[in-house]
Amino acid sequence: MNPTMSSTGPDSKQAQRKAAMTVLAHSAAADIAGRLAAIAVPSHENLREPENGLVMMRGRIGGDGAPFNLGEATVSRAAVRLVTGEVGFGYTLGRDAHKAQMIALCDAMVQSAELSGEVEAKVIAPLRVAMNAERSRKAAETAATRVDFYTMVRGEG
Amino acid sequence: MYVAVKGGERAIENAHRLLAHERRGDRDVPEVTLAQISEQLALGVDRVMTEGSLYDRELAALAIKQARGDMIEAIFLVRAFRATLPRFGATEPVNTGEMLVRRRISSTFKDVPGGQILGPTFDYTHRLLDPQLAEGFVPEQPATAEASQAATPRVTDILGRDGLIESSPQADLDAPVGDLTREPLNFPADRDLRLQNLARGDEGFLLALGYSTQRGYGRNHPFAGEIRFGEVEVEFFAEDVGFAVPLGSIELTECQMVNQFKGSTTEAPCFTRGYGLAFGKSERKTMSMALVDRALRARELGEEAAAPAQDEEFVMSHSDNVQSTGFVEHLKLPHYVDFQSELGLLRKLRQEFAEANEAVEMQEAAE
Repeated sequence: MNPTMSSTGPDSKQAQRKAAMTVLAHSAAADIAGRLAAIAVPSHENLREPENGLVMMRGRIGGDGAPFNLGEATVSRAAVRLVTGEVGFGYTLGRDAHKAQMIALCDAMVQSAELSGEVEAKVIAPLRVAMNAERSRKAAETAATRVDFYTMVRGEG
Repeated sequence: MYVAVKGGERAIENAHRLLAHERRGDRDVPEVTLAQISEQLALGVDRVMTEGSLYDRELAALAIKQARGDMIEAIFLVRAFRATLPRFGATEPVNTGEMLVRRRISSTFKDVPGGQILGPTFDYTHRLLDPQLAEGFVPEQPATAEASQAATPRVTDILGRDGLIESSPQADLDAPVGDLTREPLNFPADRDLRLQNLARGDEGFLLALGYSTQRGYGRNHPFAGEIRFGEVEVEFFAEDVGFAVPLGSIELTECQMVNQFKGSTTEAPCFTRGYGLAFGKSERKTMSMALVDRALRARELGEEAAAPAQDEEFVMSHSDNVQSTGFVEHLKLPHYVDFQSELGLLRKLRQEFAEANEAVEMQEAAE
C-alpha cells in the first residue's frame, strides 16, 4: 500500500532475504562457493559454529488438514557476523555444514546496504537462473507425459 | 543362576571381518558408489528414507551399501543414526497443493483440471526383462513439451467444493502434534499418530493389510482419487532468525483415497477419505497407507471394526519393521539358561507321563 514501506520496509527486506535463502538452499555447495569466489567477501566471524541436526518434517492430514509428523530430515545451520555488524543465518537440508555457513554469509551480505546489490547480482541472480532452468527442464519433461484423451468418432453405417 | 557367556570375542571379530569381505564381493568387480546407489537404485533409497524416517539420500545409500542390499537392515541403520543428532525443531507443514508435480494421476476424473500426468512410471510397461539393460545401455533423452501454467489442484479439493467429500480434520491449536518418537504409544491413538506410524511402517505389511481390505476384510470401496509425486518446499520457523526460513525442497508422494460415503439424519452423505504420504517416489506405499488409514477410521465413522486392518492396536503395534525384526531376531541370541529350565521341566513332565502310563498299564494288566 505505502510505496516507501514496500520498497524499504522490514517486510520487503525479509522477503528479499527469504528469496535469496530459497535460491541458496536449492543450489549445490560447489556452485555457491564458485559464485562467492567472484566477489570480495568482507571479514566475518562465526556467531554459531556450523552444525548438523535434524528437523521433524510435517505433513497435513488429507493434504490440507491438521499437521502430523511425517519423518525427520538432516539439516545444517550456521550464523555469521560481518565486521560491519550484520548477522546472517544459514539453514539447509542435508549435512553440508559449510553450505549452511556460506548461506549465512550471503544472508548477512544481503542485509548490508553496501553489499546487497553485489551479492544479489553476482551470487543470487546467476544461481536463480540455474535453479529456474533446472525447474523448466523438469517441467518440460513432465509435460511430455501428459495424457491427451481423444474420443473415437464412430463411422457412419 | 547366571551362566556367563564368554569366549566369543575372537569369533565375533572374525565374523565381522568375513562380513566386510563378503560385502565387498569379488574384488575384481568395481566397488559400487553411493552416487550409483542413489541415482540408479533410487526407489530403494526412497524406501529406506521413508521407513528409516530420515530424509537424507546419501545416508540411505550408505545404509543400503553397508547392509548389502538388505532393506530392513538398512532402515535399522538409518534409525540408529538419527539418534546421534540433535533435533532443532519441526518444519512448517508442507503444502502438497503447491507441489512441482512430476506425476499426477486420478482414477476418478479423466479430465481432471491440470491433466493426467504420467511422469516416470512402471505402469504400462510389459514387465518383460530387458536384456539391453544388462550392460552399457544408453537411454534416449526424455521427450519435452511446453509446460502448462495451469494449476494442478488436489482432486479432493475439487470434490470438496461441492461438499461431495468430507473435509480434512482441522488442527486443534491447543493440542500438540503427537510424536511417537518422543512419547510411548497409547491406545486409542489419534489420527496424527496413526499417520506417523503408517508413514514409517513396513511397506509389505501395509500392502498386505491394504489388500486385505480390498478382499473383504474391512471393505471400504476405495478409488485412487489422486496420486501425485514431485517436489515440495520445506520451511522451518527458526527462532534466531525470526521468520520461517526455506530449507530447500524434498520429493514426496501423496495418495488421496476416496472411499464410500458416510452420512446421517443431520449430515448429507458424502465420500470419505484415506490419506497416504511418504518420502521420495513411494507409490505402492502411499496407496497402501491410504487404504489402511481409512480402515483405521472405522470406529470414528461408525463402522463395525472386525477386520485386522481396522484394529488400530494390532496394526500400529506390528507395522514397524525395526521393532518387528528386533523381536523376531532376538531369538538368535543366547537363551541357554531359559532353554535349560524348559528342558528340565520337559524332562520332569515326560517322567511323570511315563510313570502315569506305567501305572495304567500295570492296572490294566492286573484287571
